[in-house]
Amino acid sequence: MGSATSELPPASRTPLRDTAESGLKIVVVGGFGVGKTTLVRSVSEIRPLNTEEVMTEAGEGVDRIPVSSAKNTTTVAFDFGRISLNERLVLYLFGAPGQKRFWFLWDRLFSGTLGAVVLVDTRRMEDSWYAIDRLEHHKTPFVVAVNRFDGDHAYHSLEEIRTALALPAHVPLIDCDARVRSSGKDVLIALVDHLHHLARERELTA
Amino acid sequence: MTRRPVDVGDPDRLYTITQGRSRADAVAFDLVTLIVAECEPSAGQQSEHARILELCRHPTSVVEIAAELSLPITVVRILLEDLRATGRITPRHPRVAASAALPDSALLTEVLHGLRNL
Ligand SMILES: Nc1nc2c(ncn2[C@@H]2O[C@H](COP(=O)(O)OP(=O)(O)OP(=O)(O)O)[C@@H](O)[C@H]2O)c(=O)[nH]1
Ligand SMILES: [Mg+2]
Repeated sequence: MGSATSELPPASRTPLRDTAESGLKIVVVGGFGVGKTTLVRSVSEIRPLNTEEVMTEAGEGVDRIPVSSAKNTTTVAFDFGRISLNERLVLYLFGAPGQKRFWFLWDRLFSGTLGAVVLVDTRRMEDSWYAIDRLEHHKTPFVVAVNRFDGDHAYHSLEEIRTALALPAHVPLIDCDARVRSSGKDVLIALVDHLHHLARERELTA
Repeated sequence: MTRRPVDVGDPDRLYTITQGRSRADAVAFDLVTLIVAECEPSAGQQSEHARILELCRHPTSVVEIAAELSLPITVVRILLEDLRATGRITPRHPRVAASAALPDSALLTEVLHGLRNL
């Protein structure tokens, strides 16, 4: 085991600057094949890396390596990319599956995220319902980005999509093309703008 | 994308790497905690420890270490705890606490500037 890919040449790594001191997290969540990895790749300064975690579903406050006989273990694969924001701050983007069976991991893997991007494919909007519901439940701020595929014949307006998703008016909803760097960047800016707005609101009423 | 499957198929091997330990304190090493080596790898050191010290000549996040070593994050956390306990690495913890609801607007302004300048 583990040697299956050892024939691959070692990827050339781009290390962070020595002044890097604080990591930040944003999660990109959505259904299978909606473009999560594509979005991460288009904005990342490194080739997206992939990692997996095997976890037991027991709600313990610690990580465990499951024993081979352990029940209720789930392997979760997620990929991630990286953006150096300045000399000190580094933003990590995690692409995570939105399906029901992964959500018990949210607290474990992604606690402390700034917020989330929900990627939507208009041909399979129901794939996003669960993610939106859970983010609201966890009080994780998020924006919804509609990844427009070429074959998106039935072109829905953003207003129609907002209705179909039962999305409250205060949640930003935008179009994007996950393959295009500037578009991916605009999605992140929309999210952080939204977060900034929320933080200002809170600071003014505190 | 190059997928590098993580070696999660053989718990026995993972236990060998961690010398029988199965638990890690998730709080001590967040996924985006940046790890910095305080010394060079030395001869006779467990190979995974040596690899981590090599990677962390420059700050490297916990999740990047896990991806580079193709090991589950739990195992990496255990190895990092060994290195931290002996002063071989220093963690740089995220400024946003895992428990914080929302960071302050000054930090978010900095993030926005960084994104706009990409
Ligand atoms: N035409 C078109 N294709 C896209 C777009 N975004 C992604 N794709 C393609 O759709 C496929 C799936 O994209 P991924 O980024 O792998 O999707 P994902 O959400 O990471 O998929 P999983 O991790 O398997 O759930 C790939 O072949 C992409 O090239 C888009 O905006 N337009
Ligand atoms: Mg993917």
